[in-house]
Amino acid sequence: MTSYIFIIIGAVLVNNVVFVRILGLCPFMGVSKKLETAIGMGAATTFVLTLACGTSYLIDHYLLEPFDLAFMRTLAFIVVIAAIVQLTELVIQKTSPVLHQVLGIYLPLITTNCAVLGIPLLNVGLRHDLLESLLFGFGSSIGFTMALILFAGIRERLDGADVPVPFRGTAIAMVTAGFMSLAFMGFAGLDRFH
Amino acid sequence: MNAAKLMRDGLWDNNVVFAQLLAMCPTMAVTTSGTNGLGMGLATTAVLIVSNILVASIRHAVSAQVRIPVFVVLIATLVTLVDLVLNAWLHELYKVLGLFIALIVVNCAILGRAEAFAVRNTVAASAIDGLAMGLGFTFALTVIGLIREILGSATVFAQASALLGSHFAFLEMKIGAWNGALLMILPPGGFAVLGFMLAGKRAWELKRRQTAQATESHCSVPGPASA
Repeated sequence: MTSYIFIIIGAVLVNNVVFVRILGLCPFMGVSKKLETAIGMGAATTFVLTLACGTSYLIDHYLLEPFDLAFMRTLAFIVVIAAIVQLTELVIQKTSPVLHQVLGIYLPLITTNCAVLGIPLLNVGLRHDLLESLLFGFGSSIGFTMALILFAGIRERLDGADVPVPFRGTAIAMVTAGFMSLAFMGFAGLDRFH
Repeated sequence: MNAAKLMRDGLWDNNVVFAQLLAMCPTMAVTTSGTNGLGMGLATTAVLIVSNILVASIRHAVSAQVRIPVFVVLIATLVTLVDLVLNAWLHELYKVLGLFIALIVVNCAILGRAEAFAVRNTVAASAIDGLAMGLGFTFALTVIGLIREILGSATVFAQASALLGSHFAFLEMKIGAWNGALLMILPPGGFAVLGFMLAGKRAWELKRRQTAQATESHCSVPGPASA
């Protein structure tokens, strides 16, 4: 039981997807200008990434490995993820219009999030079983959501700040992300949890 | 579309990293040294050139509705090939770049070039565009990698002979007795270096525009002061 908690804490804090593993920077920079969009993107990513981790584990364990097709992993995972994103969009559209309104516009963007491919591949590398894969995916996406929300909060403040002209926009956002990443390095002290 | 314009576009005016701000993940994650940046850049360039050529040559056969899945599968196949090649012949580099080779699939720059350029242009033009964009990406990665490496470990192209092959041994250099600030090699250093480089590029462009305006205003009616 404790090992499962360690996986989650490790994925959220110690090896945060954005600040330590450096995955998913495109949406991190792209949709973090407003708090609302950050929350929507975080929720959509959490949903898809957790699902992608479970599915990719099943594909890898029951299809690729028995037939000795490990070299097809990247290809198989990206196709599965694209299908999951499409399927999620269809299902949500039919069953829950409210949720579709909240997540709808973020779903197609998720395919460009490299964390969604990177975390399932890491799961294979770390030899996680099904439950561990799901928890690792869930923890990582919670870490992503947290980073996105924190960063969006800071960027909303930055809009009102008197930033030197050349630094306005992406440049100051990068430097800020650097400081946040520095803060997250502090969690490395909890290194039981990785 | 002439070749010189395409090259200039890829290398500077429309550079994947410095101008389009795409492909941030590999840019930050593998630029811990100049050698890693160069290796990753060249691997991406190879995928980009071949994917552009293939997309341009099948562009009439694939309908608009299914093009994205087709391109993604195509790129994923190419990345798998690069992955196998690096694993076989440049195994040391393969171990350093690790996960990020597989992640070339989701490098937005590659699908971006397929969508923005290769579907509307000839095979030859697409090949040149792929080469230009790839070299621009390699240039950005190598420069960022070198800055981080010099500040972080006071070396230049460390381990080039081990990672890229013994022909590259001449690149290796050690600067002084200083050991560097480790922080620059860790993720915070990557964010900070890219942030300062973007600001530097912006400052340079602003200055150029100001001098251009200053020379222009001698022979034109002065307009309202711009902020």
